[in-house]
Amino acid sequence: MTLETESTVQPLAGQEENAVRPAPQPVGNPTPSITGASKLTEIIVVTSGKGGVGKTTTSASLACGLAQRGKKVAVIDFDIGLRNLDLIMGCERRVVYDFVNVINGDCTLKQALIKDKRIETLYILAASQTRDKDALHAEGVRRVFDELIADGFDYIICDSPAGIEKGAHLAMYYADRAIVVVNPEVSSVRDSDRILGLLASKTARAEKGESKVKEHLLLTRYSPRRVANGEMMSVDDVKEILGVDVIGVIPESQDVLSASNAGTPVILNAESDVAQAYEDAVRRLLGEEVPLRFLQEPKRGFFARMFGG
Amino acid sequence: MGLLAFFRRTPATASLAKERLRIIVAQERTNRDGPDYLPLLRRELFEVIKKYVNVDPEAIQVTLEKEEGHDVLELSVALPGKG
Repeated sequence: MTLETESTVQPLAGQEENAVRPAPQPVGNPTPSITGASKLTEIIVVTSGKGGVGKTTTSASLACGLAQRGKKVAVIDFDIGLRNLDLIMGCERRVVYDFVNVINGDCTLKQALIKDKRIETLYILAASQTRDKDALHAEGVRRVFDELIADGFDYIICDSPAGIEKGAHLAMYYADRAIVVVNPEVSSVRDSDRILGLLASKTARAEKGESKVKEHLLLTRYSPRRVANGEMMSVDDVKEILGVDVIGVIPESQDVLSASNAGTPVILNAESDVAQAYEDAVRRLLGEEVPLRFLQEPKRGFFARMFGG
Repeated sequence: MGLLAFFRRTPATASLAKERLRIIVAQERTNRDGPDYLPLLRRELFEVIKKYVNVDPEAIQVTLEKEEGHDVLELSVALPGKG
């Protein structure tokens, strides 16, 4: 077992796990320190409605990008029954405990958080593979979030399942910010609008009448060539239909499949356009103004256009 | 893009997608923000109108417009031309 567990071992002073986090708090206890720290932690849901548009790829890459900038990040897979984030993050063989185990008190949060081997401040919480749909509930999710907040996490990234059922609902429920992943394609755009409606009505912020969840679009599988040919809707088309600002445009690329094959989040493949587009999105998340890139087809010579792929 | 594809361009359907989405998204937002009875009202109106005129479901538009101080329920039925 390679997962770092601390239930039996007394951590030594200066050990990395010990240095970054305070002692674990028992699950179920109210966390007293949230009042001061709560403002510092941002909960971000990565959602879409439609499946297969790149939610998990996006969650993994944004989490990596934020952690590489020194932020302490937890990325959580909310897809009950269908665990996938661990594969994309390349830590599938290190999963011992999952999200539902923590909620049920089968283990501590510290035991279930998988520390990324590449980036110091990145942690993954795997989805449960249980078939029990009620295993995840709002009160349990809140407890886990409060513990992460008390532990000084800067970001909690919630990787939502597809659809609008319970897992998707809970992934967005406590969000401060939402990244709606959308393909420039009719069904994905329509489902995104549905999700925007839910973000505006079925979240804790909406129910309590607090300031609304900050919404952004992130376009994936964007093909500038097809847009130029009028075969694919443009960024501006999608933005106009949905009326939400765009935080990133990720070009269509074979690098995404290669990255998932290898279990390395695509943002870590520095040469890839996809990685650079995700880096830009991370910078925008952090409040920087970065112009959109990769919206134009790269210039190609005559022979490449005639015979190239 | 190979030699063949260069001459055989796929039709430009993006504008079609945009137009269809614009309409359906607007309609779904009306349903979402409006009262729960709107979809049912639309269905029942369709059933009634169909008794007299043979119309398509898409010929019936039920929208709720917010105006100052009150809402206006707008019903528009495009009747088929004489043929």
